[in-house]
Amino acid sequence: MNSVDSLQYFIPELIVVGTALVTIIYDLLPDSKDNNSIAYIALGGIALTLIAIFATGAPTESLFDGMIRIDGFSIYFKVIALVATAVTIVFSIQSRELDPNTKGEYYSILIAVNLGMFMMASSTNLLMAYLSLETVSISSYILAGFLTHNQRSSEASFKYIIYGAVASGTMLFGLSLMFGLTGTASISEIGAKLAGLIEDPDSRLAVMVAVVFVLTGLGYKIAAVPFHMWSPDVYEGAPIPVTAFLSVASKAAGFALFIRIFYLGFGQIANLSTTNWTLLLSIISALTMTFGNLAALPQENVKRLLAYSSIAHSGYLLMGAVLLNDTGIKAILFYLTIYLFMNLGAFFVVILVANQVGSEMISGYRNLVSRAPLLAISMAIFLFSLVGLPPLAGFAGKWILFTAALQKHLYWLVVVAALNSAVSLYYYVRIVKAMFFETAEDQTPLTFSFGNRLLLLAFVIPTVLLFILWEPSYEVISAVIKDFTPADVGKLAATVSQQP
Amino acid sequence: MLLTWMIFIPLIGMILVLLIPRGQDNTARWITFAVTLIPLLIAVSLFINYDRGTAGIQQEFSVPWIESFGINYHVGLDGLSVTLILLTALLGPICIGASWKIEKGVKAYMALFLLLETGMIGFFCALDLFLFYVFFELTLLPMYFLIGIWGGPRREYAAIKFFLYTLFGSVLMLVAMIAVYLKSGDPGVRTFDIPELVKLAKTSGHALADPAFQKWAFLGFFIGFAVKVPIFPFHTWLPDAHVEAPTAISVILAAVLLKMGTYGLIRINVDMFPAGINYWSNGLAILAVINIIYGSFCALWQTDFKKLVAYSSIGHMGFVILGIAALNKPGITGAILQMFNHGVISGMLFLLVGVVYDRAHHRDIKGFGGLGAKMPIYMGITTLAFMASLGLPGLSGFVGEALSLLGAYYGSFDHSRLLTILSTIGIVIGAAYFLLTLQRVFLGPLNPKYEDIEEISPREIATLIPLGILTIILGVWPHFAIDMFDQNVDAIVKAVDATSKAVGILP
Repeated sequence: MNSVDSLQYFIPELIVVGTALVTIIYDLLPDSKDNNSIAYIALGGIALTLIAIFATGAPTESLFDGMIRIDGFSIYFKVIALVATAVTIVFSIQSRELDPNTKGEYYSILIAVNLGMFMMASSTNLLMAYLSLETVSISSYILAGFLTHNQRSSEASFKYIIYGAVASGTMLFGLSLMFGLTGTASISEIGAKLAGLIEDPDSRLAVMVAVVFVLTGLGYKIAAVPFHMWSPDVYEGAPIPVTAFLSVASKAAGFALFIRIFYLGFGQIANLSTTNWTLLLSIISALTMTFGNLAALPQENVKRLLAYSSIAHSGYLLMGAVLLNDTGIKAILFYLTIYLFMNLGAFFVVILVANQVGSEMISGYRNLVSRAPLLAISMAIFLFSLVGLPPLAGFAGKWILFTAALQKHLYWLVVVAALNSAVSLYYYVRIVKAMFFETAEDQTPLTFSFGNRLLLLAFVIPTVLLFILWEPSYEVISAVIKDFTPADVGKLAATVSQQP
Repeated sequence: MLLTWMIFIPLIGMILVLLIPRGQDNTARWITFAVTLIPLLIAVSLFINYDRGTAGIQQEFSVPWIESFGINYHVGLDGLSVTLILLTALLGPICIGASWKIEKGVKAYMALFLLLETGMIGFFCALDLFLFYVFFELTLLPMYFLIGIWGGPRREYAAIKFFLYTLFGSVLMLVAMIAVYLKSGDPGVRTFDIPELVKLAKTSGHALADPAFQKWAFLGFFIGFAVKVPIFPFHTWLPDAHVEAPTAISVILAAVLLKMGTYGLIRINVDMFPAGINYWSNGLAILAVINIIYGSFCALWQTDFKKLVAYSSIGHMGFVILGIAALNKPGITGAILQMFNHGVISGMLFLLVGVVYDRAHHRDIKGFGGLGAKMPIYMGITTLAFMASLGLPGLSGFVGEALSLLGAYYGSFDHSRLLTILSTIGIVIGAAYFLLTLQRVFLGPLNPKYEDIEEISPREIATLIPLGILTIILGVWPHFAIDMFDQNVDAIVKAVDATSKAVGILP
């Protein structure tokens, strides 16, 4: 589909851009900083985008001459990104960390990240993939350093940039190698051509290097070991809403791109004797979850603890990516959905506690059960769901991931993951222990607005219900990835191999 | 449907209790008590109406739940589960009675207890492996909070230790479970249905019947259940959890939660993995003997009353494992009977410890003395419980242990006679520590500190009487329980192997 025709399917993205511009302009008006009207404009833009996504639907052809593909898969990730952004905006309204004078920029950047994430979920071309990744990264650097008066925040941003620059440089090198080897930037064409190249001893090494370099960039985005170094500091230093955003939305987008590139591209050569991506990815997955969990054990700062736990969850999610098949993708989508609710819920509690108690440390959670019972019980539900205990949704997510990995006979990986879940219980429970078993000097009850309670329930209810109603949600996901192009790739591979 | 009601009535009760306005603690107590009576009534009627002549599943109920993974909400009863459900349901009101004096956070306590009851009853009813696991795990959370909030001085440590140990075991079980599911057939026809899986595992040529697979799957499940039983060396959480837990929770822990482990062993490890159990039965028997001897010696050494009972539990659960390892009819019959009996007796023992602790505020056996003069009724009931526990003929403890030992003597594992003889040491030691305790606490000159100690109250007696009666009934008329699961045991033994040397020993 050519560029002009494509525009009609590109309306959601255009609305996102429009919203970002409107927030900047509105910010220039006098009185705009006195209340939260900018945030509401941003929320309105998100709502419009959401409507537009479903109104425009998914065309069968790729847009912009094969740069972008809109299918159920990309729509799913767009919705995840939008929900996470909307929640982040609501968090930001609550947050007392952010400087009221820079609201305009903050919200417009937050909206702009969405553009990048939309592209990440839908790009089918390496060039587009790289551009979208950079859009997300650069906007995230700014967001992480948004507390300009706070040294930790600046440090976070700086570290983020340095690691980000190295990772994206490496990835770009990998992409250029890939382009040089195959003569195309289209991911599915690359996938079709790689099979021939990998058999050729002259180009085998180059292919391997290219894949590993691309993996660096993607691994950085989803905070997989050994590319995770930035994440604890960034998560700790950034404002809490941004941390919540990075740990969910940005990670989800990273997985979307990962699946696009690996499943449609490099995955085509996954099962040849000369390449063993499955083993490589399994090792990364096992290392990521183990490192995340072990590093979370001694943390006293809840934000930092959740940062490490989020690394561990990347590891679990990678189990699905290891498979490079439909079951794996379904498992990832399902887990991400559940993760969205339980992790954002946990961060919401962190924000509310930080506002009222003024502490991000575990000790600040002492005796929360009598100071704010709803908050304590909700937090316990989120944390136990993160552990993966039935009857909470986190268990359903882990269950599907484990089943998917066992189908590929990755017994060792599943055993490692299962033991990791048991280890993770220990640090999550430290917060629960503080909330329920320990006594605090300060006994004053905490008060929350009705809206906050409602929002909290909006996280709790899916965390519980997605376990019981797991079948319908799983069917939705199965339907979503039905048109996820493996047929296309097969056809393409056939045509390419027929060429002399 | 009746079973579903029984499982979820406590859950409904939990919501009711949570809705009670603040400050009305007595309402919460009475409502909880009333709610726990309903499962008891249902359990009694199920027990009476159970058709003893068949090994089939009764009261079956199944609806699809998660069809993409072949998961059904499938519940039903066989002789083994109906017996344990009766025990669980009976302990519900008893434990609420024993918790009457809890003053801190009554509503939360009662709500968690009801959630726990749902988990326990559901576990024994579940006939779908997935459901089985969910209920198994569902008991963890309430237990963790019940120990952690209402427990003794080291409650936090005990609670997390219990939680971590059990979860560690159960995640391995989870892996084995998914492996079983994936082996059960081609995509689309895979199942979690326990009766179906049992059938497939006994179909020669099926992937589930492959001995190599059964060997490993057995191990995965075994670790999960072994932590729960607990089998040496996974037992170290038990003394801590028991000592720190409040009385009623100790009772539940000893009487029901430990049985979940052995119930799982029979339901899954023996029934579903006949080749697996045949391979591992030697090891299982050795662990059982270690449990018996080690538990008994540890108990002998204790000066803390509650710890003594806790370690004696480890010893007595050893007889259950020994009976299971024997893989013959008397052995497995004895094991199941011992499960029920141990539930009743250890429940009594922990209640009795609670009675004296509430009065003296310590549990040091050597710190009492001569209490018999002041508390004759209490001494009488305690003596009954002690005698039952040490295996006095005529009381229930004897029958189960005797059958287990008989089965083990002819058992299919190596050196069965030697191991059986060794394990009788446990009985002797058991007599030693119980008689010693009896003497130290009740006989001799009265410790002047306890000049004014109160006799056991009617409420406390009421919690003990049903259990005491059961002890006597099962002692003189064990077929009261054996008849329930006789057919099931036959089916299990027949399936496991024909190598059992002692078929037909029982009349």
